[in-house]
Amino acid sequence: MILQVLGVDKYFGGLQALSHVTIDVKPGEILGLIGPNGAGKTTLFNVINGVYPADRGSIKFLGESVTGWKPYELAKKGLARTHQIVQPLNDLTVRENVMVGACFGRENESLAKAAVTADEVLAFVGLADKGPQLANSLNVAQKKRLELARALAASPRLLLLDEVLAGLNQSEIGGMIETIGQIRQQGVTVIMIEHVMHAVMNVSDRVVVLDYGQLIAQGTPAEVSDDPKVIEAYLGDPKLAEELAEAARRLGEE
Amino acid sequence: MNWFRRPGFWLPLILVGLIGILPVLTGSAATREVVFTILLSIVLASSLNLLLGYTGYVSFGHIVFYGLGGYVGFYLISSRGQPLWLAMIAGGLVPAIAAFLLGRAILRLRGAYFALATIGINEAARAFIRNFDPFGGPVGMQLNFQVYTDYGGAAQALWTTYFLALGLALAVLLASYYMKSSKFGLGLMAIRENEDAAEVMGVVTPSAKTWAYVLSAVFPGIMGVLFFFKNGNILPGDAFRLHFSIEMIVMVMLGGSGTVLGPLLGAAAYQRLRGTLLVTPVFRNVQLVVAGAMLLLIVLFIPQGVVGWLRERVPWLRKVLE
Amino acid sequence: MIGILLPSLVDGLLLGFVYGLAAMGLSLIWGVMNVINLSHGPIIAMGMFGVYLLFSQIGMNPYLALIVVALAGLLAGVLIYAVAVHRVINAPHLSTLLATFSVNMILIGVGTAIFTVTPYNVDFSLGSVSLGPLQLLGTRLAAAVIACLVTGLLYLFLARTRQGKHIRAVANNRVAAELMGIPSARALALSFGLGTMLAAIAGGLIATFFPFTVLSGGGYELRSFVIVVLGGLGNPLGALFGGLILGTLEGVIPVFMETTWVPVLEFVLFVLLILLRPSGLLARRV
Repeated sequence: MILQVLGVDKYFGGLQALSHVTIDVKPGEILGLIGPNGAGKTTLFNVINGVYPADRGSIKFLGESVTGWKPYELAKKGLARTHQIVQPLNDLTVRENVMVGACFGRENESLAKAAVTADEVLAFVGLADKGPQLANSLNVAQKKRLELARALAASPRLLLLDEVLAGLNQSEIGGMIETIGQIRQQGVTVIMIEHVMHAVMNVSDRVVVLDYGQLIAQGTPAEVSDDPKVIEAYLGDPKLAEELAEAARRLGEE
Repeated sequence: MNWFRRPGFWLPLILVGLIGILPVLTGSAATREVVFTILLSIVLASSLNLLLGYTGYVSFGHIVFYGLGGYVGFYLISSRGQPLWLAMIAGGLVPAIAAFLLGRAILRLRGAYFALATIGINEAARAFIRNFDPFGGPVGMQLNFQVYTDYGGAAQALWTTYFLALGLALAVLLASYYMKSSKFGLGLMAIRENEDAAEVMGVVTPSAKTWAYVLSAVFPGIMGVLFFFKNGNILPGDAFRLHFSIEMIVMVMLGGSGTVLGPLLGAAAYQRLRGTLLVTPVFRNVQLVVAGAMLLLIVLFIPQGVVGWLRERVPWLRKVLE
Repeated sequence: MIGILLPSLVDGLLLGFVYGLAAMGLSLIWGVMNVINLSHGPIIAMGMFGVYLLFSQIGMNPYLALIVVALAGLLAGVLIYAVAVHRVINAPHLSTLLATFSVNMILIGVGTAIFTVTPYNVDFSLGSVSLGPLQLLGTRLAAAVIACLVTGLLYLFLARTRQGKHIRAVANNRVAAELMGIPSARALALSFGLGTMLAAIAGGLIATFFPFTVLSGGGYELRSFVIVVLGGLGNPLGALFGGLILGTLEGVIPVFMETTWVPVLEFVLFVLLILLRPSGLLARRV
C-alpha cells in the first residue's frame, strides 16, 4: 500500500468533518474520491497532506507513519497536491512557479536542474511557450495546468488532484484525462476528487465515496455507481445524481 | 556563477560606487556626511527588503536591530575599550541571535499581527534600555574623545567609518542579489506569494523565514555600530526611533520592494528629498507631511514602486533593473 | 500597603475606562474591516486639542465641547476612510497599514506646525468626591461615567439602528452584505468614523486629566494596541474590559516598582499576548 488512512476523525469546533475514514491506496492505481458537496473530500486531502492534523486515527505513507507531519515534510517524501481553487504564485513567472516544485520537492533539485525539469514538465502539460510569462496572466484552464505542473515537478510518488477538471470544457477535460493517464503510466499513484462523473468513473480503477464525512462505499466504478447508498447520497443534488446514473449506464454498456 | 555577467548585478553596485566615490573626489567633509546618510539609508532599506520584499513579512519595528547593534557596539568601544572591528562583529552578531530567537516566535504570526509584534518588540527594547544602567539608562552613553586617537584622530576616524559604511552598502547589495538568484530566495518569494501553497510544495517555511529575518538583522546592526561610533553618543530615543523604521518602509516601497535596485533608489531619493526640505526654513514639520503624503500616494497608486512600475511597463528593462 | 494600593487601584481603574473607550475605537475599525488604524494616536491628540481650544478660546464647558469634538472625530474618520483607505481596502494588509500611517504622519506634521511640541493644559477641575477612605477626582468619575454612556450608546446604535445593522452585516461578511444590497462603502466609512469618534472623545476626556502635547496621542495609541489584543479583536466590550485591566495595572505596578519599568512590562505583555492569545482573552466578533 502506498497510502493507508486508518480511522481518521477530524473536528472543526463542534462539527465532525471526517468520521472514522479508512482507505487503502494501492501503488500505481487511480483512485476516484467522490461525494456530494460538503462531504469532506477536500478536508480529507488537507489531513492527508498535513495542512490539518487528524484529531484521531493515523496515516501511513510509503510504509512510514506520517501522522502529524507538516506539508513540506510530506512533499519531500513524495506527496504532491493540487488545490480546488488554484493557488498560483502570482508575481513569479510560470517557469519559476514550476521550479519551486522541483527545488523543494522529493528530488530537492538545484536551481539549474530545476530549470530543466520545469521546461520538461511545462512541455508535458502543454504550457511550454508560457514559461517567461507571469503566472497571473494565464487563464483559468492554464492555471490549472500550471498547478498540475508544479505538483509533477516535485517528482511525487502520490499525487492528490482536487477537482482538477472543474471549469474545463469537454475537449479540455479530454486532454486532462489523457494527461492523468500518462502520469499514471510514469508510475505515479493518483487520488482524484471529482464531480465530473463520467470522467472520473471512466479513468479510475477504484472509487471511494464520502458522505457527511463518512466512507459509504468503495469498489470499482461500476459497483459504486450502482450502489443504492451512493445514489441516495447524491439525491440531494439532482444534477449530479443524473450524471451518476448516466455514468453507470455508460459503464454498463462497455 | 553566471550572475556575474548580468547587468542587473552590476548596476546597483556601480551606482553605489559612483555615489560613494563622490566625497573622495571632492575631499569635502560636508559631502561625505550627506553621502554617509544616504549609505546608511541604503543599508537599512535593503536589509528590510530582504524580509519585506522577498519574504513578504512587514516589519514595522525593524529599527530595533539598528539600535541593538549600535548599543552593543558602542558599549564595547566606550565601556570596554574594544576596537571598532570587534564592535562591528558583535553589533552584527547580537541582532542576528536576537532575530533568530525572536523569529522563531513571531514569524508564526501573519500580516498585521506580525507588524504589531515588531512594533511591540521595538518599543519594549527601547523602554528596557532606558532602564538598563550598564547602557546608560535614559541618558545613554558618551564616547570619550580619546578613543578616536586610536583611529588616527577624529577626522581620520570619520573617513574610516565612511569607507566601512560604503563597504557595508556594497555587501548588503551583494547579499540582496545573491539571495534573489538563489534557491533560498526562490523559496522566500514563494512564501511571499502564497505561504500555504509554498508549504505544500515543500518549502520549509519556518526555517526559511527565520534565516531571512536573521540576515535582515545583521546589516542594520553593523550600521548601527558605525553610526553611533561616528556620532560619539547614543541615546535610547535615537537608537530605537520608530519613525525611522517607517521611513525605511517608505524607501523600500518608493523604489520598489522585492528588487535589488529598488531600495537603493528609494533610499537615495528619499534622503535627497529630505535633505532639500530640511534646508528650507519651513523645516521639520513639512518634512513629515511631505513624507506622509508621498507614502500615501505610493500606497494608493504605485504600490510596486518606481522600479516595479518600470519593470511592468518596459519588459526589456527587466534584465537590467533587478 | 492598602493605604497606597487602594487609591492607586481605583484611580487606575477609572483611567482604564477612558483607555478602554479609546481602544474601542481601534477595535471597532479592526473588527469591521480588518484595518489597523495607525492614525489612531493623532486623532486622540485632535480630541485633546479640540477640547482645549473650545475651553480656552470660548470658555465652553469641556463636557459640552466633547460633543463638538465627537462630531469632528466622526467627520474626520469618514474623510480619512474616503481618501486614504477605501482604495486599498481589499489590498494586502501592508497597504492599509501604510495608508493609515501616512495619515498619521500628515496629521502630526500639521499639528506640530500649528501647535509645536509645547505642552498644553485644560485647567478644569470638578473637585473631588469622598468615598470612604478614598478621594476620587471629579474629572475621573465624570470620564468613567461618560465612557460607559458612550459605550452604551454605541451598542444601541449597532443593535437597533439600520446603519448599525448594516455595519454588523458588513463586518460579518462583506461580500454577502453587498449581494443583499447593503451599501458597504457607506457602512465602512461610517464605522471608520465611529472608531475615530471614540478616539477623539477619549482624547477630550484625557485632556481634562493631564497636560498634553501634539505627540501625546502616540502613547495612548500604543496602549490601545495592547488593550485590543487583550480584549479581543473586533470586540468593543472586550476593549473596555481590557482598558480596565491595563488601567488598573498601570495604577498598581508603580507601587511595587519604578514607573519607568511600566512600559517595558506593557510591551512584553503585548508581544506575549499576540503570540499566545491573538484572539484576545474574550474572543468574540462584532
